[in-house]
Amino acid sequence: MEGLLGQACLFLGAALICVPLAKRLGLGSVLGYLIAGVLIGPVMGMVGGEVTDIQHFAEFGVVMMLFLVGLELEPRMLWAMRSKLLGLGGLQVIGTTALVAGVAMWLGQPWQIALAIGLILALSSTAIVLQTLNEKGLMKSPGGQSSFSVLLFQDIAVIPILALMPLLALPELVGHGDHDDAHHGTSLLAGLSPWFKAVVTVAAIAVVVVGGRYFVNPLLHYIARAKLREMFTAVALFIVIGIAMLMSLVGLSPALGTFLAGVVLANSEFRHELESDIEPFKGLLLGLFFITVGAGIDSAVLFDNVAVVLGLTLGVMFAKGLVLAVLAWVFKVRGRDAWLFALSLAQAGEFGFVLLSFASQNAVLPGSLVSLLSLVVALSMFLTPLLFIAFERWVQPRFEAADQRQADEVDETGTVLIAGMGRFGMIVNRMMLSLGYSTVVLDHQSEQIERLAKFGVKTFYGDASRPDLLEAAGLADVKVLVVAIDDMPRALELVRYARREYPDLHIVVRVAGRMDVYRFYNAGATDIIRETFDSAVRAGRCTYEALGLHPYLSQKSAQAFVRFDQHLMRRMAEYWDDEIAPEDNPAFIEEGKRQVAMLDDSLRGKRGILHDASERGWVPPGELPQADQS
Amino acid sequence: MSSGVLLLFAHPRPDLSNCNVKLFDAASATDVTSVDLYGTYPRYDIDVDAEQQRLRDHHTLVLQFPIYWYSTPPLLKAWIDLVLEYGFAYGVGGDALAGKRLLCAVTTGAAESAYGPDGVHGHSLRELLRPLERTAMLCQMQYLPPFALFGAQRVAAADALDPHTAQWRALLTRLNDPAPMPESALAGDSLNPGGQLLQMEGA
Repeated sequence: MEGLLGQACLFLGAALICVPLAKRLGLGSVLGYLIAGVLIGPVMGMVGGEVTDIQHFAEFGVVMMLFLVGLELEPRMLWAMRSKLLGLGGLQVIGTTALVAGVAMWLGQPWQIALAIGLILALSSTAIVLQTLNEKGLMKSPGGQSSFSVLLFQDIAVIPILALMPLLALPELVGHGDHDDAHHGTSLLAGLSPWFKAVVTVAAIAVVVVGGRYFVNPLLHYIARAKLREMFTAVALFIVIGIAMLMSLVGLSPALGTFLAGVVLANSEFRHELESDIEPFKGLLLGLFFITVGAGIDSAVLFDNVAVVLGLTLGVMFAKGLVLAVLAWVFKVRGRDAWLFALSLAQAGEFGFVLLSFASQNAVLPGSLVSLLSLVVALSMFLTPLLFIAFERWVQPRFEAADQRQADEVDETGTVLIAGMGRFGMIVNRMMLSLGYSTVVLDHQSEQIERLAKFGVKTFYGDASRPDLLEAAGLADVKVLVVAIDDMPRALELVRYARREYPDLHIVVRVAGRMDVYRFYNAGATDIIRETFDSAVRAGRCTYEALGLHPYLSQKSAQAFVRFDQHLMRRMAEYWDDEIAPEDNPAFIEEGKRQVAMLDDSLRGKRGILHDASERGWVPPGELPQADQS
Repeated sequence: MSSGVLLLFAHPRPDLSNCNVKLFDAASATDVTSVDLYGTYPRYDIDVDAEQQRLRDHHTLVLQFPIYWYSTPPLLKAWIDLVLEYGFAYGVGGDALAGKRLLCAVTTGAAESAYGPDGVHGHSLRELLRPLERTAMLCQMQYLPPFALFGAQRVAAADALDPHTAQWRALLTRLNDPAPMPESALAGDSLNPGGQLLQMEGA
């Protein structure tokens, strides 16, 4: 226990020191974690052999990350990506494998070893690349999307590669092979006939898809009704870990399984809630993973072969970058996106470690080569954040102008985020959808969401005053935020948060009464709508008409009343003080009295304040009140 | 604020506009005060006092609109009714607009040949817009012949708006200058190219 706590302190402490510093210096969080790992590993020697075990544990961060990526990706979008996925991804794996294997054979390796090395080094680091793309906001750019397609294909390709490896085994190595099957090949299906394996595999995928579709949502509704935050986190973790376990049992990639589950759940109303629950776990595990990569660098082997390792690393990265650049050209990815694509995927990845240990277990690669290649993989991962920095420093500025045009295009799609789906939010939502604007709707009442879903209204579950949930729902990308939740203190908190984080965001808020108008005005709301005001004005107008006032005059008078009321409210606002209750604010009370007196005067006057001084042109000249011609 | 041209633009369906919105945007890029009336008063609650002040601040008023039934779109008519008030624009003490200029910049659906004694409409455009001319007279303003884009839909379909836009910009620049317009230009049927003003001034 003490050992575990000590390790936790060590890893967390190293991260706490290095990561914020790296971020401050503009190096990005990934490099910060890697440096932290190098410090506690090779430099200070505070961790040793246990790093590999921790790394296997931390690889689960990749699984969680792919679940989150899946959540962001509806099946429709995945289908739309299919040509990129197969074309770009497939050709990248094949092209890189061929090039690297060719060079290895030229260097005198037998073809089996050369092919294994090619396959291992063809894979890139999903963890580093996706994390960095997200951090730098490049995920949605064409270059980022292309990179993502390739990474996704690679994650799928790991499975056939694992199957292929044993076939490459060299007879002379078999005796020396390390047959420790602790991590791979523990499949329940070992020893079963191939067609039975296939059936079970398909069944497992069906369980994920069908279960995700028909079982998970009711479960989440059930949990949501309990209104216990930690239960939700528990169920989110249960889903991810459960699927990962199922996939491991049948010998499929856990990352792929959770990705699939994510895609299935992308249409769920609980999507944003799941996202914000899994996110911190993913972040910490990935961080831990990066630290272990840094800590796992074997300094003895490195210093003995420093020139070879460096040469091989740079050679591999150059070869991978070359293949990517050619593919970018073939697939018409141009300019800064081509650079991003080529630079971001030029490293070897975490699956490389997995495949290396698998290859040595299966007597494909000799041990000396494995430790050398492990260093190459680690070093190339280490260099990747530097390539991203190079991209930002030198490539990005050259394409700045083109970049701005792209940003404008994205703006056009501007969605609306509606917090609170009661009667009020529902009307706003219907109006937006009727003109084809896309909306994201949040509500925290599970029953209400279920009811609405029956009518085909899509609502996400979640407490809209929680910042992390708002961010997960895409607050950063929306043009307008509509706040229509009943709980005024929470609405106020929400508006303050949104205004602080996004000074340009247009915030429309529904409030109860006048006093709230002042509070929300000071909190930074753009449009403040009193929930009963407009309906009361309509009721007043109907009453005018019922009393025999001409309908058009009734309408005009109602309009004039609205204008007059707004004018008075603006005057009252000058005396409002957030810190003092209105009944303790003498200046505010004084102004209120003045306004009541003004209304009384107008009632006694001939035309009354509502018989509108602003449409004199339609009043016969003889009946004109003396117009103020100042 | 420019003290030259005040441009009031009235189009109830800017989303369906072929030419007017483009012309308005081109005008807004020049040194005039441009106001989208339907955008300013979507609920027809015209702020008469503010509008009158704007008129006082400029020496030339340009009304830009598509012609509907030989007249202006309804909001512009309401604007005329309410803003050009007795005691402000006409009548006793109503000389706030005296000496200022009024120009109508319009678009029509029909081709130029439809206007005139032999055309479908039987009168020239200037004759058909006589009520606006009389409005200017009553307000002691100088009325300029209309600046018209005939057959707007066909021009848009042929992607041939550019020459008109260039003339429009030149005209606004000229009008920003308070110097009087040549007498001969004022008598014509329109200020269009081919009409005398722009040729004479070499714009």
